[in-house]
Amino acid sequence: MKLLCALVLALGVGLAQANEAAPLAEDPAVEARLVHISEELRCLVCQNESLAGSRADLAMDLRREIRSMIKQGKSDQEIRDFLVSRYGDFVLYRPPVKPTTWLLWGGPFVLLGLGLFGLITFLRQRKTADAPLSAEEQRRAQALLNNDEGKGQARPQGDS
Amino acid sequence: MKRFLIPLALFMVLAVFLAIGLNRDPREVPSPLVGKPAPAFTLPQLEGNATFSPKDMAGKVWLLNVWASWCVSCRQEHPVLVDFAKSKAAPLVGLDYKDQKADAQGWLARFGNPYDLSAMDADGRVGIDYGVYGVPETYVIDKAGVIRFKQIGPVTPEVLQEKILPLIKELQK
Repeated sequence: MKLLCALVLALGVGLAQANEAAPLAEDPAVEARLVHISEELRCLVCQNESLAGSRADLAMDLRREIRSMIKQGKSDQEIRDFLVSRYGDFVLYRPPVKPTTWLLWGGPFVLLGLGLFGLITFLRQRKTADAPLSAEEQRRAQALLNNDEGKGQARPQGDS
Repeated sequence: MKRFLIPLALFMVLAVFLAIGLNRDPREVPSPLVGKPAPAFTLPQLEGNATFSPKDMAGKVWLLNVWASWCVSCRQEHPVLVDFAKSKAAPLVGLDYKDQKADAQGWLARFGNPYDLSAMDADGRVGIDYGVYGVPETYVIDKAGVIRFKQIGPVTPEVLQEKILPLIKELQK
């Protein structure tokens, strides 16, 4: 619980600093929406950073663009569409579900299904392996066991 | 022996997928603008007081090359563009992206000016409309004003010979 509080506080401090650093942070509501939208968008120059976190020139320009669209009263979806129409689905960290991304979205579940199938077949096979021995097998097993015990007894005791 | 075949096959499939993934360039993002009309704009030209708009090029196959004096790769591609301009295969328009006028003019004076004209996109707004994220970028635009090809990064002699020039010929028919 303490750790959680500390994390929340740390996050709060982080956000507050980000707000201070933004050059046009006059309207907290606009900034909050800007962060909310741009955290889900990829910066195209430094591709592993979000648009919210990047200090690249293009990211700053795009944040400026998004900020002005928010002020014009555009919806989140309209803003995302604006960026997708220019940079493609690649700007979205959450790719849309469509025929070309079915494998991406469904792949993990297909793998899970295959894994479960494999596991069940394996367990079934093991069950049949555990089935009681036939009379012949029983006799052989007993013979082997007896033989082993016999050896153990016959083993010469070492000088200790 | 047989029991190892399935894991081996799975491993091979995985290895092939990973190899394909590793050999692709993540910087090359397919542009959604190819096949769409080139976004309209009106910008001041680098030289003189006139403005430029893509409408002015209607009926021609032309190249739009995004460049800047601060862009390092632009210097690498510059000789290729100069050669292209000499061949007069198609008009070449520059989009001087987020640049200072004096710097841009100095750069062209120093390295040669392959452009029929350059438009000044000082605040990068037109660049955003064209989905520019890594200067230099080059667009081939057809007679109807539709973007037919986009090169991200410097135009190399190979790309020019194998892709851009044949496409221009095809579109000019």
